[in-house]
Amino acid sequence: MRRVNRDERVRVAVTLNGRKLSAEAEPRMLLCDFLRHALGATGTHVGCEHGVCGACTVLIDGAATRSCLTFAVQAEGRDIKTVESLAGTDGALNPLQQAFRNNHALQCGFCTPGILMSFTDYLARNPRPSTAEIRDVLSGHLCRCTGYAGIVAAIEEAARGG
Amino acid sequence: MTTSPVKPVLRKEDPALLSGRGRYADDLPVPVGTLHAHVIRSPHAHADILRIDATKALKHDGVWAVMTGEDIRKLSDPFMAAIKVPVQQWALAVERVRYVGEPVALVVAETRYLAEDAAELVAIDYKPLEAVIDPQAACQGSAPLLHPEAKTNEISVREFRYGDPASVFARADRRIAMTVPFPRLSFTPIECYVVVAQHNAAEGSYDVLANFQGPFSIHPVMARALRVAGPKLRLRIPPDSGGSFGIKLSIFPYIVLIALGARITGRPVKWVEDRIEHLVAASSGPNRITQIEAAVTGKGRILALKLDQLEDYGAFLRAPMPGPLYRMQGAVTGAYDIEHVELKNRVVLTNKMPASLIRGFGGPQLYLALERLIARVADELRLDPLDVIKRNLIPPQKFPYRTAAGALYDSGDYGRAVEIAIGEGRLEDLLRRRAAARTDGRIYGIGFAAVVEPAMSNMGYLSTLMTAQAREKAGPKNGAVSMARVNIDPLGAVTVTADVTVQGQSHETVLAEIVAKELGLPADEIEVVLELDTAKDQWSIAAGTYSSRFASGTAVAAHLAAVQMREKLKAIAAKQLNVLPEDVELAAGKIRSRSNPDNALPFGRIAATSHWSPVMLPEGMAPALSETAAWTPPELEPPASDDRINTSLTYGFIFDMCGVEIDPMTYQVRVDRYVSMHDAGRIMNPKIAEGQIRGAFAQGIAAALYEEFAYNEEGAFLTGTFADYLVPTAGEIPECEILHYESPSPFTPLGAKGLAEGNCMSTPACIANAITDALGVGEIVLPATPRRIHAAMQAAMQAARRVGARA
Repeated sequence: MRRVNRDERVRVAVTLNGRKLSAEAEPRMLLCDFLRHALGATGTHVGCEHGVCGACTVLIDGAATRSCLTFAVQAEGRDIKTVESLAGTDGALNPLQQAFRNNHALQCGFCTPGILMSFTDYLARNPRPSTAEIRDVLSGHLCRCTGYAGIVAAIEEAARGG
Repeated sequence: MTTSPVKPVLRKEDPALLSGRGRYADDLPVPVGTLHAHVIRSPHAHADILRIDATKALKHDGVWAVMTGEDIRKLSDPFMAAIKVPVQQWALAVERVRYVGEPVALVVAETRYLAEDAAELVAIDYKPLEAVIDPQAACQGSAPLLHPEAKTNEISVREFRYGDPASVFARADRRIAMTVPFPRLSFTPIECYVVVAQHNAAEGSYDVLANFQGPFSIHPVMARALRVAGPKLRLRIPPDSGGSFGIKLSIFPYIVLIALGARITGRPVKWVEDRIEHLVAASSGPNRITQIEAAVTGKGRILALKLDQLEDYGAFLRAPMPGPLYRMQGAVTGAYDIEHVELKNRVVLTNKMPASLIRGFGGPQLYLALERLIARVADELRLDPLDVIKRNLIPPQKFPYRTAAGALYDSGDYGRAVEIAIGEGRLEDLLRRRAAARTDGRIYGIGFAAVVEPAMSNMGYLSTLMTAQAREKAGPKNGAVSMARVNIDPLGAVTVTADVTVQGQSHETVLAEIVAKELGLPADEIEVVLELDTAKDQWSIAAGTYSSRFASGTAVAAHLAAVQMREKLKAIAAKQLNVLPEDVELAAGKIRSRSNPDNALPFGRIAATSHWSPVMLPEGMAPALSETAAWTPPELEPPASDDRINTSLTYGFIFDMCGVEIDPMTYQVRVDRYVSMHDAGRIMNPKIAEGQIRGAFAQGIAAALYEEFAYNEEGAFLTGTFADYLVPTAGEIPECEILHYESPSPFTPLGAKGLAEGNCMSTPACIANAITDALGVGEIVLPATPRRIHAAMQAAMQAARRVGARA
């Protein structure tokens, strides 16, 4: 395992949404701050910095992870996917995103990227979840605008169509 | 029922927000050289600041400044407040701290990480003082004083008499009274506060980007604190904001603080609040203790109402407080036809974070008391609570209805809305569920709530807290301006700007629909740009997103601006099509003769005339490039000399009913079925309306069962993380069946009323009534946590035992 000292700035290289990128980071820098402020991927949002709200969820090697509970240096050499990876290069929404739009599953949109990434992971592992299973996974995210009904409907729609 | 004028469409906002292309405050680029700030906060609820030593911190690499209350006092003035008492609030604590989390010093450094490191090197000595947390205790003469210069913590008391309540109470069949507390809570937007401030020393001006929500009546408050004229404080609001629910008004002290940081360092300064800071110090709804009493007939008809409302605003009174105490003033009788009211409004300060705007804004506090009283009346008179509600509802023939306290309810048929809600077997089903549950020995109850939901506040309502003579002296305050602008570019493309800030309410979508309809264009061809810049955009003190003013206000202004543009384009087209303006219509992307649709030109061709060929305009017409509408409804009159006040423009109606079951092992409340009937006038976009209602419902559930800012007796803050402050997740929010009944408002051209706050007002009351019905108890304190349910059940059992022992 790579060792870094406290005050040492190190170059962290990741594959972000299919592109190899690197930037400098202090060992204590959070992955969410690294993505947003070092790599400029501001689609990932920071809501609580203590792992409860889920807004900062990204995929690391395909697994949904709280980027506020991960240091940037832990992501060295890993494959990271964020909300910016979901739509096509022409901007076309993928089926999960489209289902969110169809079902008014977002209002302010701040919590949405984390929810999309959680369910990108989850639906890949369980493509036909029950409503109870969807609610269970969704309970790892806080949304203050929607009351969640539209989000559950959107995920059900995406799972039906996917 | 009337039909909606606009069909639901997919939201314009969504593609960007779903793709990580939102532009929230922390996403936007900042100038090279921007510094970062960290706020040092008080660990004490009440203490004198003896000494702040920043020597070590200032030696730390990358640290530019450590600011304290002394710097703030030199460079700024205390914030103006609505009540003229010697309660001074500055952007940092001066000499004394008055709540846990109060900003004491600001560290400005080259990175946020460095600023937080340096903060640990700042030595602050405090001398702790006795704190007072309980609002009733704070009113006692022996209580420690928050602001000794004010000589009391109870800084405002006003009494109002509407009608002749004293004699009605004196001769009433029965007087039924109770005391109802409402808790402290916030709706914690997922995005916290963000401020980026720059100071231009050459111009003596500030340029600030912040996710402020309004009202813009706070702009002069900030400018005055910074000691500059309004135009020297340029405030820019980003295109996207991650929720607000009233909370992002209270960013304003930080806007001033960070602006002063920029002035002191000579560099741009950025501050992003973190969640821990947000929970401990951002903002809270005010807690209230209401003593409420009804004079009733034996049949449950309420003839007069008496309320003593003691509202706890925490350590300071932030503008525009005490808004929640007065926002419902006109509507204090709710949905009921009650002619006589005695009202006492009291403002108290305690050692808690300052309270301020929050969705519902005074409605939840009022209706919990009023609707609990209705249930109590039914209980004491052995009547059906639904019958008591129906017996007291304002009858439809009385609309528009002037309430005892002066509100002018625009439209409605409350009885009909209730009948629809309980119809189709819905009430029978609830009764059946309760009967079946009770037969099985389960704990089940039914609750009701009927509320009036005001929207678009009268800018004059707060002056009701002054006496008529004081109002006379201070000058008139009334009305509420809404503004929107429709612009045309050189190829005839249309953009819209408006006086709202965006936090997810779908304003872009709805404004595009409204303007598209008048101009005969597809809504997706209308660009709506809602980032707001006080230096260049249209705004008034009423601007911003609050008091559900969009549907009754800004939407109307956009409609009027579009109509102005449409009429000008008709006149221009008439000349070019060689027909009369009356014969011109805008439809299907064309401007054409109504009688001969083949005589047509593309919209863009006519619309661009004012750019390319202004000489061809009809004689005397100003170019049709940009049409601004400023709309203010005449119904929003100033308070009358007898203190009657029409607090809002439109008044929707909500009737809720629900069944809850209480688990005898875990003491958790499960909402079994919930029905919510809304009359919000004309619904502009059904899908968006549903989204707003579901969001408010979830927050109503949160207030009823989960969320509370808790302090111990010494004033320590106990709910400083999302593990202690319980925001409901998808697992906690029950299904809500939404029904609509549409009584268009006669006071707005679109007939729409606000609807986004109603369930914050009705749902806590409805759930509380269901819980007391389930437990057979007289009182329940919200949020009804398992601990409180357990306590209520124990008390009920002991009471039953005492009755048993006596028998």
